[in-house]
Amino acid sequence: MTSELDIFVGNTTLIDEDVYRLWLDGYSVSDAVALRVRSGILEQTGATAAVLQSDTMDHYRTFQMLERLLHAPPKLLHQLIFQIPPSRQALLIERYYTFDEAFVREVLGKKLSKGTKKDLDDISTKTGITLKSCRRQFDNFKRVFKVVEEMRGSLVDNIQQHFLLSDRLARDYAAIVFFANNRFETGKKKLQYLSFGDFAFCAELMIQNWTLGAVDPQADDMDMDLDKEFLQDLKELKVLVADKDLLDLHKSLVCTALRGKLGVFSEMEANFKNLSRGLVNVAAKLTHNKDVRDLFVDLVEKFVEPCRSDHWPLNDVRLFLNQYSASVHSLDGFRHQALWDRYMGTLRGCLLRLCHD
Amino acid sequence: MPGKLKVKIVAGRHLPVMDRASDLTDAFVEVKFGNTTFKTDVYLKSLNPQWNSEWFKFEVDDEDLQDEPLQITVLDHDTYSANDAIGKVYIDIDPLLYSEAATVISGWFPIYDTIHGIRGEINVVVKVDLFNDLNRFRQSSCGVKFFCTTSIPKCYRAVIIHGFVEELVVNEDPEYQWIDRIRTPRASNEARQRLISLMSGELQRKIGLKVLEMRGNAVVGYLQCFDLEGESGLVVRAIGTACTLDKLSSPAAFLPACNSPSKEIKEIPFNEDPNPNTHSSGPSTPLKNQTYSFSPSKSYSRQSSSSDTDLSLTPKTGMGSGSAGKEGGPFKALLRQQTQSALEQREFPFFTLTAFPPGFLVHVGGVVSARSVKLLDRIHNPDEPETRDAWWAEIRQEIKSHAKALGCHAVVGYSESTSICEEVCILSASGTAAVLNPRFLQDGTVEGCLEQRLEENLPAGCGFCHIPYDELNMPFPAHLTYCYNCRKQKVPDVLFTTIDLPVDAAVIGKGCLIQARLCRLKKKAQAEANATAISNLLPFMEYEVHTQLMNKLKLKGMNALFGLRIQISVGENMLMGLASATGVYLAALPTPGGIQIAGKTPNDGSYEQHISHMQKKINDTIAKNKELYEINPPEISEEIIGSPIPEPRQRSRLLRSQSESSDEVTELDLSHGKKDAFVLEIDDTDAMEDVHSLLTDVPPPSGFYSCNTEIMPGINNWTSEIQMFTSVRVIRLSSLNLTNQALNKNFNDLCENLLKSLYFKLRSMIPCCLCHVNFTVSLPEDELIQVTVTAVAITFDKNQALQTTKTHAEKSLQRASTDNEELLQFPLELCSDSLPSHPFPPAKEHLESASSNSGIPAAQRATSVDYSSFADRCSSWIELIKLKAQTIRRGSIKTTVTVEKASPVGEGNFRNRSSPPCANSTVGVVKMTPLSFIPGAKITKYLGIINMFFIRETTSLREEGGVSGFLHAFIAEVFAMVRAHVAALGGNAVVSYIMKQCVFMENPNKNQAQCLINVSGDAVVFVRESELEVVSTQQPAANCQPSCTGGEVTT
Repeated sequence: MTSELDIFVGNTTLIDEDVYRLWLDGYSVSDAVALRVRSGILEQTGATAAVLQSDTMDHYRTFQMLERLLHAPPKLLHQLIFQIPPSRQALLIERYYTFDEAFVREVLGKKLSKGTKKDLDDISTKTGITLKSCRRQFDNFKRVFKVVEEMRGSLVDNIQQHFLLSDRLARDYAAIVFFANNRFETGKKKLQYLSFGDFAFCAELMIQNWTLGAVDPQADDMDMDLDKEFLQDLKELKVLVADKDLLDLHKSLVCTALRGKLGVFSEMEANFKNLSRGLVNVAAKLTHNKDVRDLFVDLVEKFVEPCRSDHWPLNDVRLFLNQYSASVHSLDGFRHQALWDRYMGTLRGCLLRLCHD
Repeated sequence: MPGKLKVKIVAGRHLPVMDRASDLTDAFVEVKFGNTTFKTDVYLKSLNPQWNSEWFKFEVDDEDLQDEPLQITVLDHDTYSANDAIGKVYIDIDPLLYSEAATVISGWFPIYDTIHGIRGEINVVVKVDLFNDLNRFRQSSCGVKFFCTTSIPKCYRAVIIHGFVEELVVNEDPEYQWIDRIRTPRASNEARQRLISLMSGELQRKIGLKVLEMRGNAVVGYLQCFDLEGESGLVVRAIGTACTLDKLSSPAAFLPACNSPSKEIKEIPFNEDPNPNTHSSGPSTPLKNQTYSFSPSKSYSRQSSSSDTDLSLTPKTGMGSGSAGKEGGPFKALLRQQTQSALEQREFPFFTLTAFPPGFLVHVGGVVSARSVKLLDRIHNPDEPETRDAWWAEIRQEIKSHAKALGCHAVVGYSESTSICEEVCILSASGTAAVLNPRFLQDGTVEGCLEQRLEENLPAGCGFCHIPYDELNMPFPAHLTYCYNCRKQKVPDVLFTTIDLPVDAAVIGKGCLIQARLCRLKKKAQAEANATAISNLLPFMEYEVHTQLMNKLKLKGMNALFGLRIQISVGENMLMGLASATGVYLAALPTPGGIQIAGKTPNDGSYEQHISHMQKKINDTIAKNKELYEINPPEISEEIIGSPIPEPRQRSRLLRSQSESSDEVTELDLSHGKKDAFVLEIDDTDAMEDVHSLLTDVPPPSGFYSCNTEIMPGINNWTSEIQMFTSVRVIRLSSLNLTNQALNKNFNDLCENLLKSLYFKLRSMIPCCLCHVNFTVSLPEDELIQVTVTAVAITFDKNQALQTTKTHAEKSLQRASTDNEELLQFPLELCSDSLPSHPFPPAKEHLESASSNSGIPAAQRATSVDYSSFADRCSSWIELIKLKAQTIRRGSIKTTVTVEKASPVGEGNFRNRSSPPCANSTVGVVKMTPLSFIPGAKITKYLGIINMFFIRETTSLREEGGVSGFLHAFIAEVFAMVRAHVAALGGNAVVSYIMKQCVFMENPNKNQAQCLINVSGDAVVFVRESELEVVSTQQPAANCQPSCTGGEVTT
């Protein structure tokens, strides 16, 4: 006796959250059954393994049918085939678009292309996430990217509108899209200590201040591309380190203000010129695409690592950066105050976030 | 020119990409009705076209309106080649043809293609302007309402129940026409869908004409089926019960009454009278006469009251009727004569109803069934319905005579079915023989005194169990005892029926689903030989199915089966029998004894030990079941009965026969002769297996109950969560060395595993009950068994101790109040009076005084008897009455006085709620249930019947996820299309939903599969009771209370 066909269709589509998770995690039916058996469900319900097998198959089939709709979540809301309560619809969508931290760190800033997709095997081996799940997550990134790529308006709003994600998840996707678009390098060894959250935080600041959208809310691609003009203008900041007088004046202003307030004052004083040179040079280099990509590598090399080697406490970093950006306003010879604020305001936030172990 | 059909195509959405180059579609729509076709403009390059067409107008006969479906085809425009069809929508416009139902069909319909499934949606608006038809010889029957529900629909009242209507139409099956060899599968499927739709329309129209002839206005319990006979044709047949229904006023006017806790109470016909003022005009209002004005001429009853001789014409049935005069006492005799006379008028006194207005069902005789094996290739004139008509007439005649043998004049819970394999067809019919109260059958003005005394003879909750046949001249050996409830009349020891448990039946404990499953191998044979082989097997199968049912019933410690449905399916090399029923313990029937096992070889020690071990297991199971289902009947001392408690004996109440094509009728006595059938003899391995299989049925996990009837005996406090589902399983048997035993085991496992899976899947709903569990089995191919289950899971409240007793009260109140419209004020008056003055009055006395004071017609005293019997039995009754009284009074006050004030508010609220919630961005929820009601909600409007037929075919089975993926998607699509149609009618639920056919065929080698599904149900609007309460509490209840109480006691 073999079962040829075995289905269950409810007027309200039954969604088992646990099975959904197993499906999203890319387990095969037999693996999922094994995992469910291990969870002790048989003892709780008095069911048999055959029942569990049939149930799992059924749910998997439902999810496969739903997957097509999950690719365009508004369709899930308007479709007539599956009657699903709104709260469940939201759960299905949110879970489908949720990604693994380990996975996103691997592909963040990479081009969402076929080439990267081929590397998913390695990522799967490295992270222990099933290949199937990697594919889903990668395809999600790519799909969201494609849809919002050439859209006007706020990136987060666009994502939310077209994928019906929660605010938090939409922000994360905005960061992923932004990173993929600008191809920021995040995979270098010295960046490994950074979490996705750190990058997402920086992305949000950069989107808010450094993109076209920050100056013109009607621009195409406004939140995706950095403001080229702004990057060009950043060259002007070079004077802060090139002009020796300005540099000295800047240093003395910072040192006067922070004397006695910093635990690492002497280290700061000794290192000031190096740090300032690092930060300003990063700005000046951003006209080249390659240097844009290396932004985070540079920031860590030029600022985070020196601070770390001198054991700066976070609070000292904050005091320093505040004073460092504010003091520029007192430099009479410096004319690019607004540019400086646009640059340093964002960078200060980013650096503070990047300074941890 | 009786009608103008207007159609507007608004928009489409989610259309498939038809042009690969642009990834877009140039869609337009063809609207076809009859032979007229209109087209919209082409909407270029969009997957969400906005046509916003003009109104397409069709001027048509109402005959066509009834027969033809509206056909909407969505196509992709192609400049150079033929336009590609995207899909179709068929809309049945029948619901627009009667005044009370829907007025407009408007909404999003899935665009369906038989090869690709659902491909996007289309927004359509349909209206009908009907002109009055003055032609007396018209062929249409517009205005006759159809209901799938097998009871009187919730917002109607039955004035007269006329009886059986049937019709059958035949056509050539397009799949077997020569043209099918050259046309595409899509064209062939569409031809079939369209044909069945047309035939259904025609069938419904013809049945409607019959109803009009009988002077009815509705068909209740309408069951339409189609038989795919293959070469010999396509048959669509339907049966139903013609009724004259009265609408219980408008739902808006109901609203204020609805804050009473009982769902049924609301149906008290406060508003039956169109003018609420008459409530205060006193009893002189000739309400009763008005309501019965539809009744046919009275002369019927006079004329044939002496018709005993007519009856005895049928040879074997003399005793049933002849005994009436001698045995049943004068009243019974009179009743019998009247019923007879009412029913004698009809060719077939059959009723497809399974639940009845209170007082309708007097006695139940038992299950009657008939089967007949026919050869389809022997039909002389396949295109004409005569032969099939004759076949069915023959079977119905047989059923009728069986019923007479049981001393009954009517058959209730009647249904018909077929099973076809190649050229062999088994026709089956079954029902429950019963004696009915003539009051509903024809003349409303039956003398009051007769009724009253009759009802005194029939105490609540046991009357229907009393035997209708003559004790001295029983049609079969049976063991009778005095009724355990009233001690006056005789009852059988076991009762099998096909109906639902009557609401007022006294039941102990809970019920449970009981199934008998059986397979029998059969040699492959051709034509006549095959038919003979099947005919020979049938009696044995029936016998075994019956034995299994009886044993399982005893194992559960129960004594009655309701909703019994025995299905026998025929395949190439085997026959399958599947019987489902709901077992209950009726308080009126004697306690069933246990099961005793006896071995054949008593000398063998180890064998003996084995036997005693088994015996112990059986006894344990019985004890466990009694505990599980809370069966603890009160101990009865022998003196009360006046005779020793009889040794119960197994006995059959099943009467049946088989006839094959040669018309040879064989009678089968299932009573096991005179032998004490309690004893199961284990004389061979077969019997051993049987005993084992008895014990393998696992009870549902705790928190789960299941039944195949509408309501679960013993559970009354349903909460609102419902989940309707369909589950299909197909297993392939290993073809080698199949034995009956192995087959039985496979089949048993299949059903048991299926049930286990259902319990597991629905575990999040615990505590819940699977209601209306409907199993169908078919044998699509040689080694395949297909089982399809449709049921609904309903959650209930665990804390039901109080609830259970309370519902007893509700039931009786309902019974009392719906019995007779004047009675309405009576229980209310009782309650409000008794509350302040006598805290614990003996209910009976008080009732009698109340009735004599107010001068209510004597008929109502019948109710007082009900009350007292309840008072005797429930200790907490008085408290409950008090509780009840308050709620009822509140409810009734509002109705009687604030009706006019309330209605605008109520109506407004009602509109808000009932308007289809599609206005939101998301899709409105449409509930589906096989039951006739929705727990926790009130049905306010019936929008019309839903009867849909779909074919789905694929030539890329693997790509669609194999057979499971294919069928899963198809069933989900069918649900979606049903919901869309209901929503477009303005409804939010389908009740009495049934999947009548699910024919699945596969050819995995060719990567092909095909499936046909036929579903039906009643589209309704329901309003949640909680919402109703909100509305009614808005009324200033406290203010008007004093004044209203006075106004209310008018009787």
